[in-house]
This record gives sequence, structure tokens and C-alpha cells, in this order.
Amino acid sequence: MRDYILKRMAAVILGFISMYGFYVILHGHISPGGSFAGGIIVGLSFIAFSTIYGIQDGSAKLPEKILVWVESYGTLWYGLMGLVGIVKGAPFLANKLAGVDLGTPGTLSSGGLISLIGLGVGIRVASTMVTLFFTLMEEEA
Amino acid sequence: MHFIAVDYWIMVLSLILMAASLAMYFIKDLIHAVIVYGAYTVTMALVWLLMNTPDLAITEAAAGICTTVLMMVAIFRTSRKEE
Repeated sequence: MRDYILKRMAAVILGFISMYGFYVILHGHISPGGSFAGGIIVGLSFIAFSTIYGIQDGSAKLPEKILVWVESYGTLWYGLMGLVGIVKGAPFLANKLAGVDLGTPGTLSSGGLISLIGLGVGIRVASTMVTLFFTLMEEEA
Repeated sequence: MHFIAVDYWIMVLSLILMAASLAMYFIKDLIHAVIVYGAYTVTMALVWLLMNTPDLAITEAAAGICTTVLMMVAIFRTSRKEE
């Protein structure tokens, strides 16, 4: 009962913190921030969830299997986005040369593949931070 | 030398940074030192902002708080007082 206010406030706020992290990740090429900073913000929202609701609830929400899966496939996603250029007959990680429509400057789609690449890097950073936190917090055998 | 207002703010913030660095060295209670480290990173983010690099400011704020949390957990798992 002592931390009732904390838990209710966290239930309201943490979703918005996580959403802001994904905003920073996806808008890395037109506004301050990037996939590293945004990924840390997303990871911090899960770390705050684990500290407020207890480490058992946090581990139940993000099991180690999912964390390892996200960490591996986030890196693979970067490589796959790079291979788009090679498939189109352009250099590795090519963006405009690969025929991606860049749209109007200043909007989200003006980055082409950069937002999608950043999404892979961001979720990888987030899962790394959460893994570090869980590894430090878990009970000693 | 010609100074503008931003330069004086950066000087004041640099003094705070130096004081925080020295305090981290001399404080024996490690949890207090980590709290001072959190203040250090926030001040450093303000310095990046005044130097017109908001990109670094966001990264410094996020990464600084994250390392503060991780250091706090590390102290929680080991001993609190410095030998």
C-alpha cells in the first residue's frame, strides 16, 4: 500500500516514455537523438518497470529468451537492410542509389531506409541495457 | 577575447563540473558519489545543449542516467563503503 501512488503513476507514464523512445529512434535523421539514445530510453522504461513492480514481474514481462532473440535479430535486421542495396545492384547500405523514394525533405520518409535500420539498432540497444540490468539484479546462486 | 552570455553560462557549468568531479573522488560513501555522478551527467548535457549539439545532449542525458542506474545496482550487489 505504501507504493500505491508510485505504481499507478508508473502505469500511466511508462507507456509514454517507451513511445517517446521509439519516436527518437524513428526520427533520428531529422531531429536530435538517434537509435542509440532512443534505444536507451526504451530500455530505461523497462528498467523503471522492473524496479517499481519488482524484478519477478519485469522478468515475466521480458523473458531472457525474448531478449536474446531481439538482440540477435536486431543485428541481422541491419544486415538485411544493407543487402537491399546489393539486391538492387547498388553498393551495400545504398539508399537513393537502390531506388528508394526519398519523398519531401524534412519528413519521416525522407530518410529512406535509415529509419528501418535505426529501428534494428534501437531495439538491440534496449535489449542490451535490460539484459545488463537483469544480469546484475538476479539473485546469486 | 570577446565573450557572449553563453560563454559565461558554460564557465559556470564548467565550475560545477569540476566541483562534481572532485567531490566524486573525495566522497567515501559510494551511493552519494553515484548521485553526484548523476548531477555531473545532467550538467554535461546542459553544456552540450549550450554548445549547439542537442544530439549529444540527448545521448548524454539518456546514457548518463542509464549508467547511473547500473552503477547503483552494482553498488547494491557489493559493499557500500569505500575501503
